[in-house]
Amino acid sequence: MDFTAKYRAIFRIRFLNGLQYRLAALAGLSTQFFWGFMEILLFRAFYRADAAAFPMEFPALVSYIWLQQAFLTLYQSWYFENEIFDAITGGNVAYELCRPMNLYAFWFTRGMANRLSKAALRCLPVLLVAFLLPEPYGMTLPVSLPVFLLFLATMGMALLLAVSMTMLIYGLTFYTMSPLGLRTIFSSAAEFCSGALVPLPFLPEKMQEVLELLPFASVQNLPFRIYSGDIAGMEIVRGVALQIFWTASLTMLGMWIFRNALKRAVVQGG
Amino acid sequence: MITVEHISKSFRVSRRSAGMKEALRVLWKRQYDTIRALHDISFTIRDGEMVGYIGPNGAGKSSTIKILSGILTPDSGRCEINGRCPWRDRTRHVRDIGVVFGQRSQLWWDVPVIDSFELLRDVYRVPQEEYRRNFDELVELLNLAEIVKTPTRQLSLGQRMRCEIAASLLHSPKILFLDEPTIGLDAVSKLAVRSFIRELNRRRGTTVLLTTHDMQDIEALTSRVILIGKGQILLDGSLDGLKKQFSGGKILRVEYRGRTPELPDGLCWQERGEDHGALRLSPEKITVSEAISALSAQVELRDVSVEDTPIDEIVANLYREYRI
Repeated sequence: MDFTAKYRAIFRIRFLNGLQYRLAALAGLSTQFFWGFMEILLFRAFYRADAAAFPMEFPALVSYIWLQQAFLTLYQSWYFENEIFDAITGGNVAYELCRPMNLYAFWFTRGMANRLSKAALRCLPVLLVAFLLPEPYGMTLPVSLPVFLLFLATMGMALLLAVSMTMLIYGLTFYTMSPLGLRTIFSSAAEFCSGALVPLPFLPEKMQEVLELLPFASVQNLPFRIYSGDIAGMEIVRGVALQIFWTASLTMLGMWIFRNALKRAVVQGG
Repeated sequence: MITVEHISKSFRVSRRSAGMKEALRVLWKRQYDTIRALHDISFTIRDGEMVGYIGPNGAGKSSTIKILSGILTPDSGRCEINGRCPWRDRTRHVRDIGVVFGQRSQLWWDVPVIDSFELLRDVYRVPQEEYRRNFDELVELLNLAEIVKTPTRQLSLGQRMRCEIAASLLHSPKILFLDEPTIGLDAVSKLAVRSFIRELNRRRGTTVLLTTHDMQDIEALTSRVILIGKGQILLDGSLDGLKKQFSGGKILRVEYRGRTPELPDGLCWQERGEDHGALRLSPEKITVSEAISALSAQVELRDVSVEDTPIDEIVANLYREYRI
């Protein structure tokens, strides 16, 4: 309990900090509604032409899109904290290193709290409206209770995975000292490979096979498709196993990078 | 007790000349220079001592503080603070120390200061009772009652610095490292910070190591100074001894009527006006009373004042002497 108390405290302050920005949340919210509608209307037009030509059932796709909009800030791959980049490149990290705690765990907690606080303000309105919308634009209920529980569990793990990926970028910034290049490459690759732009089933089969193995597919792709029954049976087992594998290994890789980076750390700026 | 023995640390700095051609060349072949930030640093600080750590910009003051706080690992050398090696036993070591980096902030920007304080309480696992006691004491001494409810971003620099100092002391550290705590502060805030540090040392017996460019900080707070230049310790001794050795004497300001007086040995003009001036007096050659009587024998003295060399000038002499 003692150990977690301090990380709970960090979580709390980051969460409070995130709640400060109500206007930003409101602006984000309206964008997400708009974006969700546009996407659904667009797909609707395609499906009208020939629904059989598409790899996902339309209701499953609609749920996928609404979930994506509701939990955007939870899994967004380009969602970095500029304060952390500034701390690394500007030398403020000196203060973080004067604390009796592990820097990796500290920032990891921060990242989770940040994403959760943003999502907390946004997810309920989106979900509420999505459920109230008429067919075929509205969201459907999960297939069954066990599926719903699995959905929740994989959502949680996906958050850990998303944060552990950003931690890798933070860790590498200790070496490059400019986050720009890393960020751009990582963000665009991750957007595409995680199914944030287009759901993965819509991609060519060969490509899909490769992408499904990558860590990006274990973030939003897995829980959102479990929810609507698009991933079922043995595929779930495989998906969950991969998700656990990636979360564990990326976290360990991140810790290792941090340990090495700090050993040769040069605190910038006098 | 802080013991530092033969600490050395160097950094690699990438360098290039100006110009497009150069910029393109270093894209695939970088040039590094090694900078010796610290070279064979040794000193000991006793419990409860207040020590000023001075030197020009880039001398290695901040690097030393960072090594003592466990943030940087030196290339070689040994350091022991309360029986622990800062960089090897970082997590346990930092519980005993408080650090203020005058040019950085440890407070969360958007929330009231008190939230940052409570975070630090939890991070250092300070028992509620002890936290309450420290909090009340710090709020009283630093006059923070209203300030702590304000978000950090709305504080003035002086208010923020007082909060930064309070934040570093909530876990009752035995040792306090202050890296330029008065930088950018106005006269009133400086005085407040100084009197607080003195009071802290008196009440709790906190060991203080202070770096600064403001010699009045040093004069007000410390009796011992360590001078560092180009990564090496040049001088370690009492402030008084330093003053005697490097002051170059006293300044005698005189106003007189009559012709310009002949100066006895040991006096020389520093500034000279029509019927007034400043004389530099070398105490090993002539005493103040001898000087005054020698002058009054020749001219009518209307006003005389005796000053010590300003400490800033002493330090400038010191830097010049050691060519740093």
